[in-house]
Amino acid sequence: MIIDYVGVKEINGSLIVMDGVKGVSNEEIVDIQLENGSVRQGRVVQIEGEKIVVQVFEGTRRISLKNTKTRLTGHPMEMPLSPEIIGRVLNGSGKPIDGLGDIFPVKKENINGTPINPVSRIYPKNYINTGISTIDTLMTLIRGQKLPIFSGSGMSHNDLAVQIVRQAKISGANSSNFCVVFAAMGVQKDVAEYFRKSFEESGVLSRVVMLLNLSNDPIIERTLTPKCALTVAEYLAFELDMHVLVIMTDMTSYAEALREFSSSKGEIPGRKGYPGYLYSDLASMYERAGMIKGHSGSVTQIPILTMPNDDITHPIPDLTGYITEGQIVLDRSLQGQGFYPPVSVLPSLSRLMKDGIGEGYTRADHQALANQLFASYAKVIDARSLASVIGEEELSPIDKKYIEFGRLFENRFVNQGFHENRSIEQSLDLGWELLSTLPRAELDRVDDAILDQHYKN
Amino acid sequence: MENNIVIYGINGPVVTVKEADCFEMMEMVYVGKQKLVGEIIGITDELTTIQVYEETTGLKPGDPVIGTGAPMNVLLGPGIIDNIFDGIERPLKAIEEQSGAFISRGASVPSLDTERLWNVTLKVKVGDKLTGGQIYATLPETPIIEHRLMIHPDLSGVITKVMPDGEYKVHDTVAVLKDDLGVEHNLTLCQKWPIRTSRPVNQRLTPSIPLITGQRCMDTLFPVAKGGTAAIPGGFGTGKTMNQHQLAKWSDADIIIYVGCGERGNEMSQVLEEFSELIDPKTNRPMTDRTVLIANTSNMPVAAREASIYTGITLGEYYRDMGYHVAMMADSTSRWAEALREISGRLEEMPAEEGFPAYLPSRLAEFYERGGRVETLNGAEGSVTLIGAVSPQGSDFSEPVTQNTKRFTRVFWALDKSLAYARHYPAINWMNSYSEYFNDLDPWYREHLGDDFIEYRNKISALLQEESSLMEIVKLIGADVLPDDQKLVIETARAIRVGFLQQNAFHSEDTYVPLEKQKLMMKTILHLHAKSKEIVAKEIPLSKILSLGLFDKLTKMKYDIPNNRLDMFEEYIEEITNQLAKISD
Repeated sequence: MIIDYVGVKEINGSLIVMDGVKGVSNEEIVDIQLENGSVRQGRVVQIEGEKIVVQVFEGTRRISLKNTKTRLTGHPMEMPLSPEIIGRVLNGSGKPIDGLGDIFPVKKENINGTPINPVSRIYPKNYINTGISTIDTLMTLIRGQKLPIFSGSGMSHNDLAVQIVRQAKISGANSSNFCVVFAAMGVQKDVAEYFRKSFEESGVLSRVVMLLNLSNDPIIERTLTPKCALTVAEYLAFELDMHVLVIMTDMTSYAEALREFSSSKGEIPGRKGYPGYLYSDLASMYERAGMIKGHSGSVTQIPILTMPNDDITHPIPDLTGYITEGQIVLDRSLQGQGFYPPVSVLPSLSRLMKDGIGEGYTRADHQALANQLFASYAKVIDARSLASVIGEEELSPIDKKYIEFGRLFENRFVNQGFHENRSIEQSLDLGWELLSTLPRAELDRVDDAILDQHYKN
Repeated sequence: MENNIVIYGINGPVVTVKEADCFEMMEMVYVGKQKLVGEIIGITDELTTIQVYEETTGLKPGDPVIGTGAPMNVLLGPGIIDNIFDGIERPLKAIEEQSGAFISRGASVPSLDTERLWNVTLKVKVGDKLTGGQIYATLPETPIIEHRLMIHPDLSGVITKVMPDGEYKVHDTVAVLKDDLGVEHNLTLCQKWPIRTSRPVNQRLTPSIPLITGQRCMDTLFPVAKGGTAAIPGGFGTGKTMNQHQLAKWSDADIIIYVGCGERGNEMSQVLEEFSELIDPKTNRPMTDRTVLIANTSNMPVAAREASIYTGITLGEYYRDMGYHVAMMADSTSRWAEALREISGRLEEMPAEEGFPAYLPSRLAEFYERGGRVETLNGAEGSVTLIGAVSPQGSDFSEPVTQNTKRFTRVFWALDKSLAYARHYPAINWMNSYSEYFNDLDPWYREHLGDDFIEYRNKISALLQEESSLMEIVKLIGADVLPDDQKLVIETARAIRVGFLQQNAFHSEDTYVPLEKQKLMMKTILHLHAKSKEIVAKEIPLSKILSLGLFDKLTKMKYDIPNNRLDMFEEYIEEITNQLAKISD
């Protein structure tokens, strides 16, 4: 028997409270019908006896205490899945908005997913060649990794993400079995359009699943978008054995939506008003990247987040950095000098890179080169801060060499065209060429054998 | 049992039941039809609050809640080592066999393999009077670890029956003990222990033996004792996990318990892979033969994350009671503290600093107090060393978890972002870190390495201190204006930093360095410094010394001198003496 519950007891932000509800289960989805016939969806977030709290995805505008009929659906939020989902455009909660009709589901999956058993994971080792010198050489992207881009508003993170998608090449078996899941949370219409056009130009559009929650779309729906996207990605990777690259932009909007939801629910806030479970919540999404024994597919994530006020210690980048396997940090002053991509090398890192590079993957000298570039560039920063006090003229000869090295490094290594695709050999050779401008004794992170081979001069 | 008790309310991982007066605080319960594991964390005459260790999606008011009558406990027995558990001691490999690559809820698998046969040797005979903690049988758990079966600490009495030596399963009875009241207890290969209660010991001993880690910066400058407590705080990317891995691989404990508490899944699979490939040089067996892994990754249920730390320490104490030296690495205690905060928030408790509950310090203290070097109930000596990683929010060491951890640990290995950016690993900042164990450990160092070890150490840290104050000046006006003797300090300190403190975990020789080599490295660097100082005092320019390349040579000696060729240090020292003698003539 299906019961419609008429009216609600209380409305607060995106939450409605109902009383006298029987047989409801936690996290169940409810359909809320308004007087004008439109139907909204909500999710049960708290139960106390017969009183339940429901979060309405589309917002509570025009809902009054009397004008609704609510029906329990009997199941948690599920995502319809089928191989035909590739190439479709969906809204933030996974409903098609491209006018091509509903997805005929082969199966349905709970969008919250279930944690991957740590013993079933394969430790990711295959690198993805992005054709971007800084990333390939110094923070190599590995298949199955989660590597976020920490950016700020107005910086070229979107271009970088597009360039990675366009140039990403995977080595090994079934490398052509590749697709992209793109989740937009709270981005502007033209940004979403930019991504769509770029995918089209690079010919991958037919292999992209887009989930769009634009900045004027309901905020609560935004808290579902990445979960829906990852459910699709897991299906494609672990049922259809595809290599899936998930791009999620902008995680900051997601976290803000979560904060809004949390505060309207009256939860005790943690740092900067974000709920105390922000870490667990972010982790439940980021941890859905990886590879599993017995499946040849993989989920690689590139979440993009804009650091409020460029502050890397803000809770969102901070917690993200603790979960993800490294980060690519963009820098406003490099951007200001016209360098693209403005990757700030020192705080950027890839934790999985050490096992995915070197002999058999990239080249034997890769790790040594990367260590030395990091160490030498750190000295450039020291020399610059000294120069800003005493002036460049007064520096010791060796510090001057470092200043010059820094200049070359930024101009030639970091700076790269939007359409320039460098092979890994080109990038590594360029790194050695630049290091060769420093005296050999300064290269203290490299074995002599490798230096003999690559140090020119 | 009490079938009429049903769920009333649900809020995230917190479930409430009404009018249930049969539960005890901290009792373990099964919630819902899927029998999710939970624990009673609050009782009023109206509402009982349960923290559920699994996802609560799909639970309904009216679903049954079943009590177990006992607190949250773990099963202790053979089969723990070389295993990988989740936060509440469920073996993940068995869960994988049951439910595939994704962990389904309500998985009910026995903690220990109940079918496996163990080759038991009985150590008691009928009529023996035994008290809690005494050993009644042994069995080889792995080729290097002998598992000693002990009487439950709460039991004592007379043995009335003993089975012959032979192969037994975990739940088989191997002996029978009759206590003072005349009740007979079957002694099997396992026992239960509540995770939040520390196991009793005879007495605590002073921590006077170092835990040797083979990591120069730790062993020399900031040593930790066996049975000591240490904290590794550091922002993301500073190498907390890497340091914990190095300690788990190389420290000279008998048993390693590695708790991945709210960390990355890929990291755990890396540990699994690496540890099974790595051969322990002391025993020639894979590292896994002495390692227990507890993996509660960040996406696994938050309440089980809170429990994982206690599960880990309870397993540690069990092996300690057998007379082993156990080292437990918890990565990271901040995630554990956050789990406390999350649950406290769901209970609508009044928050203290940064939203953490007011009882955070007392919980941290309780945990770290469970470490220590002890005389066990059976008179053996054992220890549990606790090494907790801390992930401070925003890399800010003034946040509550770091500050409170600092109060209860005696070694502080502060990881530094700027060192990590320059890829100086381990990124232990030698100015902010400290160890309070010097006084306890110095006698051991004097006995085993001679008085000069401590002398070298003091000189090294004095040089680093001096460099740090000189660097203040250099930052303002450049190094060129310093007099030569101060420049020499900077050069030597550089050799110490690059040649000694910096250690390459991926280099086969450098990843583990014996104490003797550490001492000789210090000796060589200090020898060069002392000799150069004499020359500089004769007003011979420092640049002349530097042009010899001796300092560069010393920064590479960690690679150039293999760990089994310590005689080469003699050549180095000779070369330094000869070369410098030439200049001063």
